[in-house]
Amino acid sequence: MNSPPKIGVVSCSGEGCVEGTLSRVATRLVLERLRPDNTVTICLPLFLTGEKGERMFAKYFPTIAVDGCEKKCAEKAIEKYSGKTAHSIVVINLLNEWYVEKPGSRRNLDEKGMKVASRIADEVVAVIDDLFKSGKWRRHANI
Amino acid sequence: MTELIFIIPCSGIGKAFGTISREATYQVVEDLRKGETDTLCLSLLVIGDEDSNHLVQSHRCIAIDGCPLECAKKNLQLAGAKLTTNFRVVDLLKEHQNLKPKNITFLDQEGRELAKLLADQIAAKIDELNRGEIDS
Ligand code: SF4
Ligand code: SF4
Repeated sequence: MNSPPKIGVVSCSGEGCVEGTLSRVATRLVLERLRPDNTVTICLPLFLTGEKGERMFAKYFPTIAVDGCEKKCAEKAIEKYSGKTAHSIVVINLLNEWYVEKPGSRRNLDEKGMKVASRIADEVVAVIDDLFKSGKWRRHANI
Repeated sequence: MTELIFIIPCSGIGKAFGTISREATYQVVEDLRKGETDTLCLSLLVIGDEDSNHLVQSHRCIAIDGCPLECAKKNLQLAGAKLTTNFRVVDLLKEHQNLKPKNITFLDQEGRELAKLLADQIAAKIDELNRGEIDS
């Protein structure tokens, strides 16, 4: 039996700021709860220090970068070391668009922070579904 | 005043190891050694951000890695950081085989216990560094 098609969802994981926490938690929600069968991820620093196999990630999987802020660490690292991203999401831009304030703590998200993370996760899911529906998935997966 | 030390956790996202390294870092930076320590996004070093490279080159740093792939340590070395020492969650797990953390996004009780143990070890190392007991 063929395994289901996969899309890579890569978070910047930003440990230093709350936008990074939102990016990481939203990514985990997608991987664990929303699209567990159709998503894979990788620890971002492996693009620089990992083996050659890790650098093939964006060539094997159409990849969505989920970045906390305009520094766009995930998008830049993926595109520098692995391949073109299929889509890029920047958390701070979404918060501005939604007129939502940043949560106060980078360490723990409170109930309000979790709601924001869920909303970001829904955005990621919409991109995943669009990649599958539109057939762009195949083009980005080099197949 | 003692010079700021940067505690840099890895960006582990697929297993509880990375979450433990991050939580231990926050415990040190925000509670145990607040004011003496700081952290920054490891991904900034991955993309070669100049300001972040300068910060880790001009301050002592401690790497906190989840697994033997040692992403924080290796990325700090590549950035030319003043790396003084490193910790690995995987080593702590070997010492405490009774603790089996499972949750990744938010730590369960056993994950929190491991994070606390790690944070205490990091804090002790910071004190040694500040007393000049180990080379920095
Ligand atoms: S994109 Fe922003 S939040 Fe994410 S790791 Fe980079 S600097 Fe940190
Ligand atoms: S050290 Fe291990 S857990 Fe941490 S980012 Fe690297 S691969 Fe992931």
